[in-house]
Amino acid sequence: MLEIKNLHARIAEDGTEIIRGLNLTVKAGEVAAIMGPNGSGKSTLSYILSGREDYEVTEGDILYNGESILDLDPAERASKGIFLAFQYPVEIPGVATMQFLKVAMNEQRKARGEEELTTPDFIRRVKEAAAELKIDPAMLRRPLNVGFSGGEKKRAEILQMALLEPKLCILDETDSGLDIDALKIVADGVNALKSPDRAVIVITHYQRLLEYIVPDTVHVLYKGQVIRSGDKDLALELEANGYADIIGKAA
Amino acid sequence: MNIHTPIRLTPAETALVETYTAQVGDLPGDGAVTVTRDRLLNDIKTSGLPTRRVEAWHYTDLRTLLRNVPAPLAAAPSLATIAPLVEGAQVLPVLHGAVDAATSIDGVEVASFADSLVNGTAAAGLAALDKDDAIGKINGSLVRDGYSIAIPAGSTVEAPIELQALHGAGQVHTRFPVTFGAGSRATFIERHRSATGEAALVSSISDIMLEEGAEAVWIILQEQGAEDTHLGQVRVKFGTDSKLRLFVINAGGKLVRQELRIDVDGEGSELTLRGVNLLGGETHTDVTLVLGHNVPNTNSTEIFRNVVFDRARGVFQGMIRVAPDAQKTDAKMACNTLLLTDDGEFSVKPELEIFADDVICGHGATVSDIDNNHLYYLQSRGIPENKARAMLVNAFVAEVVEELEDEKLVEALEGVISAWLEKHA
Repeated sequence: MLEIKNLHARIAEDGTEIIRGLNLTVKAGEVAAIMGPNGSGKSTLSYILSGREDYEVTEGDILYNGESILDLDPAERASKGIFLAFQYPVEIPGVATMQFLKVAMNEQRKARGEEELTTPDFIRRVKEAAAELKIDPAMLRRPLNVGFSGGEKKRAEILQMALLEPKLCILDETDSGLDIDALKIVADGVNALKSPDRAVIVITHYQRLLEYIVPDTVHVLYKGQVIRSGDKDLALELEANGYADIIGKAA
Repeated sequence: MNIHTPIRLTPAETALVETYTAQVGDLPGDGAVTVTRDRLLNDIKTSGLPTRRVEAWHYTDLRTLLRNVPAPLAAAPSLATIAPLVEGAQVLPVLHGAVDAATSIDGVEVASFADSLVNGTAAAGLAALDKDDAIGKINGSLVRDGYSIAIPAGSTVEAPIELQALHGAGQVHTRFPVTFGAGSRATFIERHRSATGEAALVSSISDIMLEEGAEAVWIILQEQGAEDTHLGQVRVKFGTDSKLRLFVINAGGKLVRQELRIDVDGEGSELTLRGVNLLGGETHTDVTLVLGHNVPNTNSTEIFRNVVFDRARGVFQGMIRVAPDAQKTDAKMACNTLLLTDDGEFSVKPELEIFADDVICGHGATVSDIDNNHLYYLQSRGIPENKARAMLVNAFVAEVVEELEDEKLVEALEGVISAWLEKHA
């Protein structure tokens, strides 16, 4: 589903290289965890996958279902099924949450040549998904993410993911700032989306989230490269020994 | 300026003088009114229109910007009313300045303003507010008609009243004295719109009097044509414990000055002023507020949101004066601008003159572009860039519209805003 080949990327504004020859393959149905110390390029990778303009790809390619997505803007990538759940979702005053959800769902449907949702159908879908994630309906009446707690923002991201039904879900540090109950709710939400035609990339610092969202593969990112890949036991090894060992061996 | 050396009149000033000379014979009014008209016109003739050297007109040099004034039409164009902004509103038509005095609204006293010119009761109110009151002078010398309206004490008018001012080419000068009787409640929509798109000079003054405990909502929706000059003025006097929500939307016009001259003279009274300026094309739009908190224990908040496209220029001047004995005044003013092009311009001049010592007064102004993080977030959910931009611009102004509470009104104004943005963004 996703193939990243020798990817090099830098911050557009100052030219700082962050991703330095990264290779990664994620298959449909797979849950891949990306771990790594601070500053290894984890969040940058998620932004580049989603098409954020602040980064420039200088070499290599990203293939999604066999096609390069480098020339697509974030909206086009989203319509093709790529979804990034942000570590820090932004607050947008004046944009009503429900209106935002409706526009996003319908714009994606339009881009794919599908019928737009009717209002009753839309409301039913939102209600059901919100109930699953134990989201207070009052939250949905507020402007987008405005005044939401950290945990509410993360849940709102998963709600969007559930409604938009993406094929490639990227979760950037979705566990940060969540207490254990919220973590379980979010993990259940992600697990409910698992399917043979959908891949999930979980970016995290800690093993904790991976107890609830069990990965098929684990990849260690360091200085913009994948320096080691393995199965879920690799995450346990990292938890026990830290990154120093692996970094030492790779160097 | 020395009175022995008359200035050389600009083409626009000449046209105003000629308009007056040609019309003076049939402008309505008794002797007192005619004397006032003569004096006002003579002021324009001897000192000219204000220039940037006049502080109140520093950012809108009327003498330079008003290049020409179209001659009045020999016969008024035939215009028809349009659907009201809000369904169920009661429309008082003002078609190219002509009112329909036969229009009646249940429980509201409506008369032609021309009547009070003819019988002379309008003479005192016709004077300019001060020596720099160019709008008062132009309107006072040339005004023909309008509506005099009174909401009887204690009554509540449920449906909004729409003053529907439509015009064709030429000139229109109207005035609307409206008294809200003690304890009365009503909503007015003052709507200005070009019916034909041909150039016109429009001056319009609304004279609002709030008696004790009255609660009023007054909305000005200005959607003049791209060739129009619109000179608007609202004068407000507050009685004890009265409340006014004043909402101004500018979404048209070539040269626009909307003045808000407000005196808070009643203790316990409250002003909520909100405004949206949607500026595109080559417009020059100026909103000037002069707000006097003249007695103790009064509140006001003023929030303006401006959106600037193309080569548009905008001005907001906000003067708040707190009189020496107006203790416990609470006044807050904010002016936020979204500047979306390099060629656009917005000038903000907040001024606080505070002579009392126990008050809360503040003002703030911001100028920004669309936040790229917001744009990226919306795009990352599949919303195309142009649509995402429109949503963010809409959000920026929608925040103040939503404060209006009346759902039908909010929906109607949001409709006006989205339609404007679709055309200009």
